[in-house]
Amino acid sequence: MSDGALLEVTGLGKRFGGFVALENIDLRINPGDRLGLIGPNGSGKSTLVNCLCGTLRNEQGSVVFDGHKLDGMISHQRTRLGLARSFQLPKPFVTLSLTDNIRVPLLYTVNARQGLLHHHLTAAEITDRCHELLRDVGLADKATHLPTDLTQVEMRKLELARAVATQPRLLFADETMAGLSPSEVEEILTVLFRLNETGITIVLIEHIMSAVMKFSTRLVVLVAGHKIADGDPQEAMRNPEVERAYLGE
Amino acid sequence: MRNWLFWIAAALFGLAFLALTRLTIDNEYYYFAAYVVLQYIVLSTAWNILGGYTGYTNFGTGAFFAMGAYSSVVLHKMGAVPLPVMILVGGVVSGIVGLGTGYLTLRLRGVFFAIATLAITIVVQTLIVNWDYVGGSRGIYIIRPATAPLVGSYIQYLYTLMLILAVFSVGIARTIERSTLGLGFAAIRDDELAAEAGGVPTLRLKLIATTLSGGLMGMAGAPLPYYVTYLDPTSSFSLAYAVNSVAMPVIGGMQNWIGPVIGSILLGTIQQLATVTISSALNLLFVGVLLIVFVIVAPRGIVGLVRSWRGVRR
Repeated sequence: MSDGALLEVTGLGKRFGGFVALENIDLRINPGDRLGLIGPNGSGKSTLVNCLCGTLRNEQGSVVFDGHKLDGMISHQRTRLGLARSFQLPKPFVTLSLTDNIRVPLLYTVNARQGLLHHHLTAAEITDRCHELLRDVGLADKATHLPTDLTQVEMRKLELARAVATQPRLLFADETMAGLSPSEVEEILTVLFRLNETGITIVLIEHIMSAVMKFSTRLVVLVAGHKIADGDPQEAMRNPEVERAYLGE
Repeated sequence: MRNWLFWIAAALFGLAFLALTRLTIDNEYYYFAAYVVLQYIVLSTAWNILGGYTGYTNFGTGAFFAMGAYSSVVLHKMGAVPLPVMILVGGVVSGIVGLGTGYLTLRLRGVFFAIATLAITIVVQTLIVNWDYVGGSRGIYIIRPATAPLVGSYIQYLYTLMLILAVFSVGIARTIERSTLGLGFAAIRDDELAAEAGGVPTLRLKLIATTLSGGLMGMAGAPLPYYVTYLDPTSSFSLAYAVNSVAMPVIGGMQNWIGPVIGSILLGTIQQLATVTISSALNLLFVGVLLIVFVIVAPRGIVGLVRSWRGVRR
């Protein structure tokens, strides 16, 4: 693994039957990065996130996170190492209150990570932390509500709060702004900037280009399962291959 | 209510109920009937741990229940084993079968998991039908011991044991519901991918759920040979056990410990009344009609109905 990289992906490949979803993807993410991951629909962005988070198994290549080889490791073990994600379509625990939605990762990731011999968060500390996280995303007043009471933007915020509750070092925000109004996009961006300032490395997978360009310090472009650009956002967007993928011949 | 306080309250309630029934009821029929209702409390509570808490619909209650019953038959034939030991062994045997079921059905969910559990019932039943030692397809007669270890008749002893089992299983279910384990089960029920992403070891928790659920069902089945005195595969693997153990939590309310208890008392009592007043053949008809009514009118069961009247969302 290269010095200093938080995540290093080498030659990653994923097929669905005869369809090549990802081929020979190399990717290096450094601590503190704000990485934008873009590409047309079906380019393999979510498949890449699924492979990195353990939801899907990649047939080729290897993934190293913070010095740990992730190949073959199942999803919750990766979460405990510090890899978190939000889902493209929010997946709240619909029968649990917002507080309990946050309590799940606190109990199963933060406390489980401590091991048996170390200090665990007490029930009171967990409740305080739940309220703190909900307050951070502006949902404190709905702590006892069910997710079905939330608006779309609130659902996205809950999704982020739940991911952040795992105390991640790397967060994949998968289309966190899809379907939101410009002001709601700004709200989510504010949350993401704040999270990044706390030291969380963030990969933003998004179609809203203004948000991606505003947020990212680096841009990776996928087209048809191949990485065609990786670098400064402005430069990447001027790349002829990227222009062709987005604007056609 | 704190958990240890609930256990004490449940134990005291069980003792008071036992004392009250033993002091006021002499007619043996009531003990026969109450045994069945209590047996369904155990079965539906056990079903609810996997079906209601974790979201995996199990139609294989008959298999786990009968495994408990047949493990008692084996022990009975081997020698003088006390019934409480048989209950423990029945729980262990069915718990192991539950664990195996969990492993075999790891990747299955929804209707596919339900079908797989039905298939397991058929597999286990076929094994029992072809096992002569436990009576095979013709069944086996079990002679009850002449005396009961506690004061009273043997049926009163069976009733007492089933009451203890009912209190125990409800205590277990309530403890799980309020624990980290219960929260993990709920996360799995609501969204398994999101649960994994939240650090929940879904596989391990599912195996715990199938083992616990199967184990409790086996414990409920263990005294059956002494209750019926003639055990055969057709009746011990009856689909009625599966249908009732699903219907009772659905009618009472899933996702909480009290729902299966309410459903069991309601449906179990109706069935016992129907048996003596109309016909036992109509038992499942009542279950079916009530199930349809509740699925349409109150899909969250009686507990959900009461909560919505009181304006409680959860």
